[in-house]
Amino acid sequence: MASLPYLPHTDADVRAMLEKAGVKTLEDLYADVPAKFLKKGPYALPPAMSEQEIREWFSSLEAQNARLKVFVGQGAYDHYTPSVIPYLTQRSEFLTAYTPYQCEISQGTLRYIFEYQSMMCALTGMDVSNASMYDGPTAAAEAMKMCVSCTRKKNTVLLSRALLPHVIKVVETYAKFHGVTIGLIDAPEGETSLKALQEALTEDVAGVILPSVNRYGIVEDHTGFADAVHAAKALMVEYCDPSALAVVKTPGEWGADIAVGDGQSLGLPLCYGGPYVGFMAVKKDYMRKMPGRIVGQTTDKEGRRVFVLTLQAREQHIKREKATSNICSNESLMALWVTIYLSLMGPEGLREVNRLSSDGAHYLYCELLKTGKFDEVFPSKPFLKEFVLKPKEFPGLMQKRLEEAGFFAALDTEEGYVTFCVTEKHGKAEIDRLVSVIKEG
Amino acid sequence: MKYYDKLVFELSKEGRCGFSLPLNSFPSGAELPAALRRESALELPEVSEPDVVRHYTNLSQMNFGVDTGFYPLGSCTMKYNPKINEEVAALQGFAGLHPLMHAGLTKGALRVYQEMNKALAAITGMYTFTFDPCAGAHGELTGLMIMRQYHMMRGDLGRTKVIVPDSAHGTNPASAAVCGLEVVEVKSLENGRIDVEALKPLLGPDIAGIMMTNPNTLGLFETQIEEIASLVHGCGGLLYYDGANMNPLMGVARPGDMGFDIMHLNLHKTFSTPHGGGGPGSGPVGVAKHLEDCIPDIRVSGFHGNFGVILRAYAYILALGRDHIRKVGQYAVLSANYIKESLKDVYKLPIEGVCKHEFVFDGLVNDGAREGVPGATTLDVAKRLLDYGFHAPTIYFPLLFHQALMIEPTETESKETIDAFIEVMRKIAAEAAVDPEILHGAPHCTPISRPDETAAARNPILKYQDA
Repeated sequence: MASLPYLPHTDADVRAMLEKAGVKTLEDLYADVPAKFLKKGPYALPPAMSEQEIREWFSSLEAQNARLKVFVGQGAYDHYTPSVIPYLTQRSEFLTAYTPYQCEISQGTLRYIFEYQSMMCALTGMDVSNASMYDGPTAAAEAMKMCVSCTRKKNTVLLSRALLPHVIKVVETYAKFHGVTIGLIDAPEGETSLKALQEALTEDVAGVILPSVNRYGIVEDHTGFADAVHAAKALMVEYCDPSALAVVKTPGEWGADIAVGDGQSLGLPLCYGGPYVGFMAVKKDYMRKMPGRIVGQTTDKEGRRVFVLTLQAREQHIKREKATSNICSNESLMALWVTIYLSLMGPEGLREVNRLSSDGAHYLYCELLKTGKFDEVFPSKPFLKEFVLKPKEFPGLMQKRLEEAGFFAALDTEEGYVTFCVTEKHGKAEIDRLVSVIKEG
Repeated sequence: MKYYDKLVFELSKEGRCGFSLPLNSFPSGAELPAALRRESALELPEVSEPDVVRHYTNLSQMNFGVDTGFYPLGSCTMKYNPKINEEVAALQGFAGLHPLMHAGLTKGALRVYQEMNKALAAITGMYTFTFDPCAGAHGELTGLMIMRQYHMMRGDLGRTKVIVPDSAHGTNPASAAVCGLEVVEVKSLENGRIDVEALKPLLGPDIAGIMMTNPNTLGLFETQIEEIASLVHGCGGLLYYDGANMNPLMGVARPGDMGFDIMHLNLHKTFSTPHGGGGPGSGPVGVAKHLEDCIPDIRVSGFHGNFGVILRAYAYILALGRDHIRKVGQYAVLSANYIKESLKDVYKLPIEGVCKHEFVFDGLVNDGAREGVPGATTLDVAKRLLDYGFHAPTIYFPLLFHQALMIEPTETESKETIDAFIEVMRKIAAEAAVDPEILHGAPHCTPISRPDETAAARNPILKYQDA
């Protein structure tokens, strides 16, 4: 069997420690556990592997996964990750640190979270951001709970049908157990209908969750939405792709009260769905109702600028069942990815990422229509990097051809459309090749 | 560690660029209609790549991590994070997988989930696991959803309360509240265990179940678990196991064998994945066979949970294998008992006897209090430890003792490190007895001194633009 290099104990160490502990054997340390609960016989686990064997095993597993060029988004976007980010986030002072409760030896973590909060506020146009949440859908679920807790005696939250499918499913799960009624607002023309919203805004509605850029990739026009929602004394939540917020109207500009979404599009690897990083930013009025950790600036005894976890009276370790949420661990290291990404990109880099993605997507859209194999679904609706088309043939065959040619694209949706997404990672030649695969079918 | 004062925004200079993107080879696409365009300026820093690298390197140097030194941190197992785990998680064949790819394209990833499911079932005695939850508290919430789903599917709709011991982690009652359950507290006995007599009258047709941590947050095994399980099951409730304290049972005993129906594990504690300054974690939830059908409708995260974390934990399990897993639990418990016995003459030990992976002191035996000078508190001891190069223990938790100081050494610290820690703890106790002011002023050797937390909460400055 392979040895285990993570345990420093020698036999002499064990003997000396047992003696001090006042017992004879390691088994004696479990004398308080009823004998019937002590596991007898070996565990049904494989034999211990050496590091070399582990490396080889994972390399064989890795080889069983397809390596495709990704032309699908739907909440997980294949944007480019600058090499600086994994390099810096692997620094063990960040990677192996605990939650920064001991601020005197955690200023590194606390400072980058403060920068992260500042950047998320800048992107969303909101006043206060928390230190991160698990992912976009859970951030939306927390926003759903917040709507109910911020309004009096109201218990319904409305979701746009144009939100990404996984966002709706997670919010519905949380709502079912939290005792909140969910209503769905139609999006008949490819974007959330103001008329449908107004009809659904009954007295019991505590909040409304709307997509900034929706499941069809369409940039929604929310003119008049905030007025309607606020007139009904409800809160407006915008679910956003933070990368797109460099160019599209922000939740702050639309008059939203809460902005949520997934920071994955800001340089995080796809990694089969996680770890990603949910974000939440709110108007100042709702600061004390916000879930999750928050970092604030203060001074130390010498008067130096320092950073601490603050407003902790909202949190579970202080308030227990009366806390604003049960969240404890979040996605701190992924918030660092986002912070470094945004530092590198700056305002111009992020706009350029959007320009490249959008220009590529519009080129692909036109070329796909030229093949004659698709119908337009929502002609004239504005989009950025993602769009849907209606395939004239059964999409399964097309998808198979694409996979064989090295592409993950044309994923079918619940509505019978196929969805495409282009990022700055895809050049014109690659898109031409994808189109030719479809054309040849 | 040295003090470094900059924020990345303060390095910004108009026109400076930290990105490198391909040339745009496309005909220009459609412009967004003016009404949909962002109008406000985007206040992100403009910095070069070297600026960014140096800034975050400087920030990292104000941080303490497991690779820096020892975390005697109760309630959060801070063991060594193996480096092969990081290498595995970074493999492009995993990192490049889109979460919506179908099973035929992700055979390797699915195999990881299958093997992890088998391994965790073997380690815990549970039947099957869901990997969607992204952290421990997220796992608790998911587990409670499964508990409620079980009762709902049986048409047993009156079970709206969950029993939580007074020693429980704060996340337990908070998760119950998020799940729409009312919390009923059960008291602990003088010996730190659940008061079974106090539990009995709480049980009835309105009880969904009980949440337990075993060993509990005092590091003590709940010796009456068999009776508790039988009582709770007898009233139609289920038993939830908070896996935060699974480490001492690794390779020794299994929650599934004790009657627990649902549990979560913290892969970022027990299974060696790094804490990342507060995440990402992973909190898979295991259930007994009769609860298998309650899982599918419960969707608690966007895709498949934190796959990158699951990969790391799988690498760790392969390194342990059936050969070494027992040593994890045993050495963790050995180290805790060794520290406890080495310090109990200078720190108050409220409950005698063998502990598991952690234990709780209730302040100093001699805190140095005298006329006009308050004694040294647990907070003071914790802050003074920072001066000596150790992370502080968890303090003022559990809430059962006023000066709680909770120590968990884990199995990956050497006897030399532990001895050095014991020596420092004794030195601090001696300092307190002579002059508690040394401790009141601590830490003295860290990049910053104690912050004004009251000012931070009273006048919140939560972003650069506020300052």
